[in-house]
Amino acid sequence: MKRRKLDVKQLPAKAAGELDDRFQLASPVRKLLTKVFPDHWSFLLGEIALFSFIVLLLTGTFLALFFDPSMTEVHYDGSYAPLKGIEMSKAYESSLSLSFDVRGGLILRQMHHWAALLFMAAIVVHMGRTFFTGAFRKPRETNWIIGVLLFWLGFGEGFIGYSLPDDALSGTGLRIASGITESVPLIGSWASFALFGGEFPGDSVIPMFYILHVFLLPGILLSLIGVHVGLVFMQKHTQWPGPHRTEHNVVGFRMFPNYVSKQGGFFMLVFAVIALMGGLFQINPVWMFGPYKAEVVSAGSQPDWYVMFLDGLVRLFPAWEIREFGFTIPAVFWPGVVGMGIFTMLPLLYPFIERRLTKDKGHHNLLQRPRDMPARTGVGVMSLAFFVICTLSGANDIIADKFSISLNAMTWAGRIGLLVIPPLAYLATYRICLGLQQHDREVLAHGVETGIIKRDAEGRFYEVHQPLAEPDEHGHTHLEYNGWTVPKKMNRLGALAPTLKGFFKPIEKPAEKPAVEPGEDREEITAGKN
Amino acid sequence: MSKEATPGDAEPIDVMDPKTTQYELVKEALRRDGIEILHYEPRYEPGSKEEKRVERTIAFFFALTGLGALGFIVTYIWWPYEYEFGGADVMSKWYTPMLGLCLGVALAGLGLGVLTWAKKLLPKEEMIQERHDGASEPEDRKLAGAVLAGVGGDIGIHRRPLLKRALLFGAAPLGLAALMPIGGLIKDPKNDLFETGFNKKFNNGKPVRLMREDGTLVRPEDVSVGGQITVFPAIPGGASLKHADSPTLLIHLREADAEEARKNAYVMNQGSQWQNFIAYSKICTHVGCPASLYEQQTNRLLCPCHQSQFHITDNAKPIFGPATRSLPQLPLDVDEEGYLYATEDYKVAIGPAFWEREKK
Repeated sequence: MKRRKLDVKQLPAKAAGELDDRFQLASPVRKLLTKVFPDHWSFLLGEIALFSFIVLLLTGTFLALFFDPSMTEVHYDGSYAPLKGIEMSKAYESSLSLSFDVRGGLILRQMHHWAALLFMAAIVVHMGRTFFTGAFRKPRETNWIIGVLLFWLGFGEGFIGYSLPDDALSGTGLRIASGITESVPLIGSWASFALFGGEFPGDSVIPMFYILHVFLLPGILLSLIGVHVGLVFMQKHTQWPGPHRTEHNVVGFRMFPNYVSKQGGFFMLVFAVIALMGGLFQINPVWMFGPYKAEVVSAGSQPDWYVMFLDGLVRLFPAWEIREFGFTIPAVFWPGVVGMGIFTMLPLLYPFIERRLTKDKGHHNLLQRPRDMPARTGVGVMSLAFFVICTLSGANDIIADKFSISLNAMTWAGRIGLLVIPPLAYLATYRICLGLQQHDREVLAHGVETGIIKRDAEGRFYEVHQPLAEPDEHGHTHLEYNGWTVPKKMNRLGALAPTLKGFFKPIEKPAEKPAVEPGEDREEITAGKN
Repeated sequence: MSKEATPGDAEPIDVMDPKTTQYELVKEALRRDGIEILHYEPRYEPGSKEEKRVERTIAFFFALTGLGALGFIVTYIWWPYEYEFGGADVMSKWYTPMLGLCLGVALAGLGLGVLTWAKKLLPKEEMIQERHDGASEPEDRKLAGAVLAGVGGDIGIHRRPLLKRALLFGAAPLGLAALMPIGGLIKDPKNDLFETGFNKKFNNGKPVRLMREDGTLVRPEDVSVGGQITVFPAIPGGASLKHADSPTLLIHLREADAEEARKNAYVMNQGSQWQNFIAYSKICTHVGCPASLYEQQTNRLLCPCHQSQFHITDNAKPIFGPATRSLPQLPLDVDEEGYLYATEDYKVAIGPAFWEREKK
C-alpha cells in the first residue's frame, strides 16, 4: 500500500480546518486575537495578584502532597535535632518534615508563603489604583465589589494557611481568633465551640481549616477571580485620557501578539521574584517557634502583614467592656468584629456612596487623575493613613523595642494618631490636589517654566515661559484642560533630545540636534554673557 | 477631543480574491472588528545591525533559562539536602538558596527574553477599537422583556396564589433543611468555659495539686523569693492542650509585696494567697494569650500579644492596654505532704470574656 505523504507545513492549517469544521471557531478566534487592550504600567498591578495566585496553586498542590492535617500528638523523630523527642501535633511534625526531610520542600513552602504575602500586597495596591483613578465607577461597580470580596477571602485564606503548621506562633493566632469569636454577643461561645469542636484548642480545627484552605476557599477564590478577569475582558479595560482616546473607544495594542507576550513575560518575572525570595529569604521558620502550648508565647508575636491592621486595632482599642443585665460585650468585639465589618462594608458600598454624593450617574471608560477628584483622593489617603497606623501599631512592641520608646507611649501615640492623622491627611491631600490642579491650569494659560530668568529695563526679574499654543495679545493661551498630563518641563516639549536607549552601548544613532531650536531668548542670554 | 475612530470609512474588500495580500486581509479583519490602525511599523529595519543585536540579547536570555533550569535539576538531584547541624560551611544549608537562585534565573531569563521580544521585535502598533458597551438597543430590551414576561405568564405563578403559597411552604423548609448538616458542628459549651483542670471533678472530687510541665509536684520551697513558675493541674494530661485553660502563674512574692497583695485583695480573692505565694491564671482576659512577661521590679505582668498589663499586688487588675478584667486568682494551700494545691477551681471564668460570662 502506498503511504500518503505527510506535509508537515500543512499540518497547522489542516488542524485548524478540522477544528473549525466541528466548532465554528474562525470568527471568535479572530475577534479574540485582535481584541485591543489599553496600555499603562498601573494596569499590571492586578496581574501581579493573578500571577501570585497561580504560583500559590502550583506550590500549594506540592505542599498538600506532604502535609498531614492532623492534631494527633506524636513525638518528633525527624532530622531537626533541637526538637527531637518533643511532643507535637502531626500537622507540626509534617511541616517540619516538609522543611527538613522532603527534597525541595522548604523552598516550595517558602515560595508559597511569599506568594501569599505578594498576592495580598498586589491586591491592596491594585485596589488603590482602581480607587484613586475612579475605575470603579459605572459600569464597573460589580468588579469593585468582587475585588473587595477577594481581599477578604485572601485574608481568610492566608490566616487559615499560616495557622495550619500548628506551631507556637500560629497557635497564638488561633487563640486570638477564638477570643474574638467568643466576643460575639449571644452566640460567641457557641460559635467558638463550633469552630474548634469544643473548648479551645480542641482537636478538629486543623483538619477543618485544611479542607477550607485547600478546597473551599481556593474554589471560591478561583471562581471569583475568573469572573473578575472575565468582566474586565467583557467590559473592556478603562483607559487614561489622551490623544484619540474617548469614552467610546480603546486605544492600545492587540491581544496577540503584543498583550499576551507582555503578560507571559511579566508572569515569568513575577514567578522569578517569588522563586528568588523563596530560596534566598527565610519566611515563617516554624522550627524556631516550637509546637503550640497554651502557656508559651514569645515577645514580638506578629501575624502576617495583611492581618497586622486588625491586630493593631485590637491593641489600640480602649478597655471598654459593656456589662449589663448579667451579659457581657467584651472590648475586643468592637475592633475585632464590628471594626472588620465596617472595613468590609464601607469599601463595598463606596461606589454607590460616591454616586449619591456626586450625582454622577454616567457611564465611564476614561480614568480620572487623582488630582481632579480631590475629595475622593482625600478619602483614599485618609483610609490609607488609618490602615498604616493600625498596621504599624500591630508591630508597636517591635518599634518600641528597636527604637527604645516606651511601649505605653507607642500605644497612646497609636490611639491619638488614629483619631488625628487621618483627618489631617484628608485636608493635606485635598489642598495638594487643588494646588496641582491650579498649576496645570497655570501652565495651560501661561506656558512651561523654562528656567530662564530675564531682567527688563526697569530692573524687574521674571521667568520666561514657553506657551503651549499661540498666545493672545495679553500673552495668555486659551487651552482647555482635558484630563491628561500637562507638560511641565521643556524636555517634554522636545527641547532636549530624548535619552539614548541601550544598556551598554546606544542602540540607536544620537539625534543630530535638539528637536526644537533654541529660540531668540536663549541667544540673547549667550550674548549677554559675552 | 480628537476625532473618533472611523473604521467604517474604509472600503470593504473582496476577501476571497486570490490577489489580496496578507496585510490587506489583516486590515480587513481588523476593520470588521471595529479596529482602526493608528500606527503600525517595525521597530528596526529587517536584517539590520540593531535588530541582530536585539536578537542576540534575547537568545542570551533564553540561554540563561536553559542554564538555570539545568542548574535547578542538578542541584535538586545531587546537592546534599538532608538537614545537618552547622553553619554556612555546611553544604546542605545552601540547598534551598541554590534552588531558588537557579529557578529564579531560569524564570527571569524566560521572562526578560519574552518581554524583550515583545518590546523590541514586535512591530510598534497603536490601534483604536470601538467599544460597544452600555445598555442594549431599546428594541432588544423590549424583545427580551417580552420574552421574560411570556415565560412568567406561561408559568403563571402570580395567577395561581395557591401554588405560590404551596411552593413557599415547600421551599422554605427545604432551604432550612439544607442548612441542617452544619448542625453537626454545633456543640453545647455547657460549663466548659467556666471550668479549668483545677476543678475537683477531674480528681475524683479531691482538690487538685499543682505540678510543673514535666509532671513533678510543687513545694513552696521550690520557688525562690521574687521568683515565678508556670504550674498546671496535677491530673492526667493536666499540662497538655486538653486543659489549655489551666496554665497558672505561681509567684513567690517578697514579704512587703505579699502584705500589700493581701491588703488589696477583693472579697472574692481573700484567703486565696498561701503565705507569700499567689497564683493567677496565665490566660489573658483580653483574648487569651499567655500573659507571661513578669516584671519583678514593678510587679507587673505583661501580655506580649496586645500589651495588656496587670498589677500583681493588686488582684492582677489591668492597668494598661485593652484588657478589662483582672486575671482570676487561684486559691492556694499546702497539704500535709507539703505540696501546693488549689483548694478549689477559679471562682470566675478564666480567659477572654463572652456573652454569658457572668452567669456563674
